[in-house]
Amino acid sequence: MERKFIQGNEACSEGALYAGCRFYAGYPITPSSEIMEVMSVRLPKVGGVFIQMEDEIASVCAIVGASLGGLKSMTATSGPGFSLMQEGIGFACMAEVPCVIVNVMRSGPSTGYPTGPSQADMMQVRWGTHGDHPMIALTPSTVQEILTETVRAFNLAETYRTPVVLLYDEVIGHMREAITLPKEGELEVVDRARPNCPPEEYRPYDISKGEIPPLAAYGEGYRFHVTGLYHGEDGFPTGNTKLIEEANKRLLSKVEKNREKIWKNEDFYLDDAEIGIFAYGVSARSAKFAVKELRKKGIKVGLLKPLTIWPFPDKAVREMAEKVDTIIVPEMNLGQISLEVERAAGGRCDVRGIYRVDTEPIHPQQIMDAILSREELTLPTELAERDMTDG
Amino acid sequence: MSDRVELRFSGSGGQGMILAGIIMAEAAAIYDGKNAVQSQSYGPESRGGATRAEVIISTEEIDYPKATSIDAMLAMTQEACNKYHKDIKEGGILLIDADEVRDIPKGNFKVYSFPIIRYAMENLGKAIVANIMALGMITELTGVVSHQAIEKAVLARVPKAFLELNKKALHAGFEKAKELKPVEA
Repeated sequence: MERKFIQGNEACSEGALYAGCRFYAGYPITPSSEIMEVMSVRLPKVGGVFIQMEDEIASVCAIVGASLGGLKSMTATSGPGFSLMQEGIGFACMAEVPCVIVNVMRSGPSTGYPTGPSQADMMQVRWGTHGDHPMIALTPSTVQEILTETVRAFNLAETYRTPVVLLYDEVIGHMREAITLPKEGELEVVDRARPNCPPEEYRPYDISKGEIPPLAAYGEGYRFHVTGLYHGEDGFPTGNTKLIEEANKRLLSKVEKNREKIWKNEDFYLDDAEIGIFAYGVSARSAKFAVKELRKKGIKVGLLKPLTIWPFPDKAVREMAEKVDTIIVPEMNLGQISLEVERAAGGRCDVRGIYRVDTEPIHPQQIMDAILSREELTLPTELAERDMTDG
Repeated sequence: MSDRVELRFSGSGGQGMILAGIIMAEAAAIYDGKNAVQSQSYGPESRGGATRAEVIISTEEIDYPKATSIDAMLAMTQEACNKYHKDIKEGGILLIDADEVRDIPKGNFKVYSFPIIRYAMENLGKAIVANIMALGMITELTGVVSHQAIEKAVLARVPKAFLELNKKALHAGFEKAKELKPVEA
């Protein structure tokens, strides 16, 4: 097995190529540009297409077009570019076009601090484009995971005919670690279902045989219409209210119904935990460090690390909430995912956040201090003393 | 996590601090068979500004990728030294460029001072290899990776035409660091 010391963004490109991505359109932006650099060198060598577009709006539209042409396609960007891509992402949701969009998070809003990491696009990823729409987003926290999750992002996009966002912070994107490159056949690679009917019988949105209809490639003899408007099974716009309602519900349910298959979490010391941490990306690494240190002191703390953040891992959080008395959510924003955790915990335990937005990752000590001070607070005697000194 | 070693290479954008970090991490991860993580922090400027690269080396899994308590730090500019020396642990090492860092920070760590950039310019012919020379010095002062590993890692990363120059710079770093005594406080 080949061991390589590479950057997170390079691992993303490796994963994309492994998954069979053959089209990249993008506009460079820190801290995602290395993905584009690698693709510009590697794609032509495997017969793929690389285009530097005029902006991010064009980039996302180009990958939607390429995917309709039959190629697995991707783009990569950061906050400002991701904001520009929202319209195209909505179109891909509506027209049900598989594609992968990578967002390497930097400090925002607006151009923010370009080289500073952040985890503040969590809600934008879910709800950035308008209307009720499905969203699958994956959150790796190691260089190896960036590779495997990029492959999984393509697999999910192809399976559910929907855009998938790979979401990680600048620290993970620019960090270098030794990884093992998977051999051919080692990781599962999924290709979209293709129609097996003659072109003249093809109905692009015919759901009579399943919620996710096969997708033909333009240029192979299948002529069909694609639009961002609500459409009937022939792909042409419709004003039929019943069809509109059914179509909107199906868009969501094709993902939500399959969320057990889309969810992926990692547990660390959760079995006997009294305090749970819910953390993703670089914050999950800080949390793991803190869990190891606190366990040495005999404090029963565990970590739940989601690799799928959308659809939100309600079930895993609920199960954790039943076991622990507090869930701590460290994140590099001002409380985006902690509110989701609170919703999923449904009052079964206390939920607290540790937030940091100064462009430095959350230090393990911050998590340890928060947990240790909480321990003190649960001791009635110390609580009384504290009240007295404060008073 | 007792065997976790943390290194920080700091200076100004364009001095090759991130490359030095990458080479050190590769020496540990690829040639010495340990775990290593390299991360960086830099400003929006392509030249100038304070830059830092961090390398964590351990035989165990490395979770937090950034420095928490630094074993050895290199400072190639005064600005970087001022900004980044605070995380050096007690008994740790600070290596500074003698010409660039005039105001030596006080703390419970050993300070080694050498005119790295001047030496590279006058004796090696190119200031650009100062980062590789510094890499040799940090290797010698800490022993965190073997001489063979760091040499292999340097040679694998630099352009072919400059293999000898970089090898010379690295070895100059080993030798000069061997003779170096900590600055008296």
